[in-house]
Amino acid sequence: MPALAVRSSLSPRLAPLALRLLTLLAAVLLLAGTAQATTVQRVTTPAGIEVWLVEDHTVPLIAMDFAFRGGASQDPAGRPGVASLLSTLLDEGAGDMDGPTFQRRLDETAVRLSFDAGRDAFSGHLGTLADRREQAFDLLALALNEPRFDADAIERMRAQLLSSLRRNATDPEEIATRTFSRLVFGDHPYARPVEGTPETMAEITRDDIVAYREATFARSNLVIGVVGAVSAADLGPLVDKAFAGLPETAKLVEVPEAAPTFGDTASEALPNPQTVIRIGTGGLLRQDPDYIPAYVLNEILGGGTFSSRLYTEIREKRGLAYSTWSAMVPLDHAGLFLAGTATRADKAGEVVELMTAEIRKMAEAGPSEQELAATKKYLVGSYALRFDSSAKIAAQLVGLQLDGMPIDYFDTRNALIEAVTLDDLRRVAKRLLSTPLTVVTVGPTSS
Amino acid sequence: MIRTATTVAAIGLAAALAAAPAFAEEARPAPPVIGPNVSTFTLANGLEAVVIPDHRAPVVTHMVWYKVGAMDETPGKTGIAHFLEHLMFKGTEAHPEGEFSKVIADNGGNENAFTASDYTAYFQRVAKEHLGLMMEFEADRMANLRLTDDKVLPERQVILEERSMRLDNEPSAILSTSMDAVLYLQHPYGVPIIGWREDMEGLDREDAIAFYDRYYTPNNAILVVAGDVEPDEVRALAEATYGKLPRRVEPVRPEHPRPGLIETPRFVEFADPRVKEENILLKWVVPSVTTGEPGTSEALDVLSEVLGGGSSSRLYRQLVVEKKVATAAGAYYRGSSRGDASFTVYAVPAPGVTLETLRGAILDVLAETAKSGVGADEVVRAGQRLLAGAIYAQDNQATLARIFGSALAIGQTVEDVQQWPARIEAVTAEAVNAAAGRLDPARSVTGYLRVPADLRG
Repeated sequence: MPALAVRSSLSPRLAPLALRLLTLLAAVLLLAGTAQATTVQRVTTPAGIEVWLVEDHTVPLIAMDFAFRGGASQDPAGRPGVASLLSTLLDEGAGDMDGPTFQRRLDETAVRLSFDAGRDAFSGHLGTLADRREQAFDLLALALNEPRFDADAIERMRAQLLSSLRRNATDPEEIATRTFSRLVFGDHPYARPVEGTPETMAEITRDDIVAYREATFARSNLVIGVVGAVSAADLGPLVDKAFAGLPETAKLVEVPEAAPTFGDTASEALPNPQTVIRIGTGGLLRQDPDYIPAYVLNEILGGGTFSSRLYTEIREKRGLAYSTWSAMVPLDHAGLFLAGTATRADKAGEVVELMTAEIRKMAEAGPSEQELAATKKYLVGSYALRFDSSAKIAAQLVGLQLDGMPIDYFDTRNALIEAVTLDDLRRVAKRLLSTPLTVVTVGPTSS
Repeated sequence: MIRTATTVAAIGLAAALAAAPAFAEEARPAPPVIGPNVSTFTLANGLEAVVIPDHRAPVVTHMVWYKVGAMDETPGKTGIAHFLEHLMFKGTEAHPEGEFSKVIADNGGNENAFTASDYTAYFQRVAKEHLGLMMEFEADRMANLRLTDDKVLPERQVILEERSMRLDNEPSAILSTSMDAVLYLQHPYGVPIIGWREDMEGLDREDAIAFYDRYYTPNNAILVVAGDVEPDEVRALAEATYGKLPRRVEPVRPEHPRPGLIETPRFVEFADPRVKEENILLKWVVPSVTTGEPGTSEALDVLSEVLGGGSSSRLYRQLVVEKKVATAAGAYYRGSSRGDASFTVYAVPAPGVTLETLRGAILDVLAETAKSGVGADEVVRAGQRLLAGAIYAQDNQATLARIFGSALAIGQTVEDVQQWPARIEAVTAEAVNAAAGRLDPARSVTGYLRVPADLRG
């Protein structure tokens, strides 16, 4: 029996009186506190573009997120990386301004402009002071409608992306992701790396970039979310300035529903002291009626709190890893369920077995009533934490629209979580976690 | 533009503004104030508190910053500050391990903690009505931590895995650690926060308790509460919880001499098969906001933007755009520290360019800057970039909490933070030129991350 640490405890537990005072204060705070609902307005601009707006004049900032459906899935088949390269170039010269001049203009106006290529969408973010909004939307309008794609800018950005691809070639998490995608998706576009490869990135031409933009930047596949100090009336003309000139209809290549196959094992060699482990199987599309129960189930198995099953078994009890997680990944044309960790190379086999055992245990027996109750309480209570910055809310507005969620989702989401029953979880656990697992490890070959 | 994390790191004390800064061309209004609504109080037992109201969502960020970090460790016991941070989650007399985390999760909160060289912080984000409960638990573990070997030893494995993940798996982190050891010499900033592996393997329960008993006391802590609160309610809750704790100890932080200034350039190289792309770093020891004369750290902030903050900067323009010897280049300076800070210049070579050539090109830019000085327009633009970070920070209560917490934890005041934009706007070209004079090649440490010679294509 280990010796107990003798702690000279100089201060007693809180006296009962203090606890009663706390409860009283908490009650007072609850009454005094304002329950702030986040009101989302559906705005239609003069040119007919739909925007979801949360108007809030407390802080003189405006945050806008937007996305064009398509993303890296619209890259030419043999040439992944086009969307990725395009995302670096829109603020590297537009209209009369070359790259350095455009960047300097952003600095001078304190406008934040960035773009990102994802699997299923090409997205952008605009941040500005409320009183600079005209300049901000002018700059966005130029970037979207009149990008220059000057040769030296293309080569400069290509060199940076090649640099990043080289670095990622020995990043174990990146290797795990690439290997996993290749294994499960076969010939489907989802098997291709969003960032491209060093070979394909070297070959992308200006024509590729222009063609991608012309095909995918349109009004038919556009969603927009705005949060901050701007009224619907003022916002309309600004949005039109940036987006109304785009073609009405995108020319998207149809991406088939993926039929990922699971059950393979792959091992990639990398001389690290740790082995990265990635395990996965089929998940659900966002619109699947079982999605919310599956989301709750995932939270119990390997979500963000310090009490998930994977955290408890692998880190808490055995100290085998620093980070261990699971996640639902709903892409547009496939759903995945993933779990991962990184552990000492000589323990990798043991950890793979432990993770597999936990996944199967969940499939067979489901979670407990107590786990369900605690997780629901956590998910419901923590929802408010997603609303304490304009940037966070703007991102959610775009996410909701891309997923086809209703405009009042913020108000109904907690009720959806509360409605999940133990039977739902048992059913979903069997549905998702009994299927073959794909296992990828990246570490020293002798592990 | 591709944003790298390092370009954002140049923002030292960025936070909220009361008024918007104007264009360079227009007449400038009075300098903005960061966090004009921020207030403070101190409890009888010495706990300092900062309140940052933000009523946009019914959420609070509750943080406790201890004025102790990796720099306060003793040789042979490195990593104990960070280890103790992990062990603070292992339970107290009244609340066994996991209970605090369960209460947080049950109430829909998030939590975490972090250890730096200068301080250690613990925080939760919860709906505002749970603030008192968070304070109760946080105050409890400030005084009543209870550790046993069966809690301590598995966690020692966890921190060793963390070291593997963050350091030993990462060639660039290995190089960085070596550079800091060479740069800082006998100063504790030359020790990785996670600790030397040999020391970590030997850390035990007694070490943790000794460190806890020496530094974890209300008179060595700062409470920061941001969000949907007013100062009165925070004070009342703090009195009812933290206010009940006595001063346990009068902490004495070890004094460290400033790292010696060595006038011979030093070189650190790391070649490893996992390196697929080479890069170069140059570092100097320079004053921080604590060790420097007034205005020096702000001049260094501006210098780092002028030299290497984004694509209008000198290093990027000359190395990446004009000479095309690099695919990336920049600089950063983090002046918010207790001890001396470091100024870093980095670059990634274009294909076919050697690291030595790139070093020469970097030194050419620095020499040119030292010789001809910087222009007034560069200084103004650099200031605008720095203040832009401050503008956007006001959107996020957790960011503001970190900014004020980290400043106070190194001995700054709320007013120091509030007046940072004014000090940045007051930086002159002369001051920036003087700062540039500190980047003498003779005093530099150069780090080369190399692809091994036999693996070069």
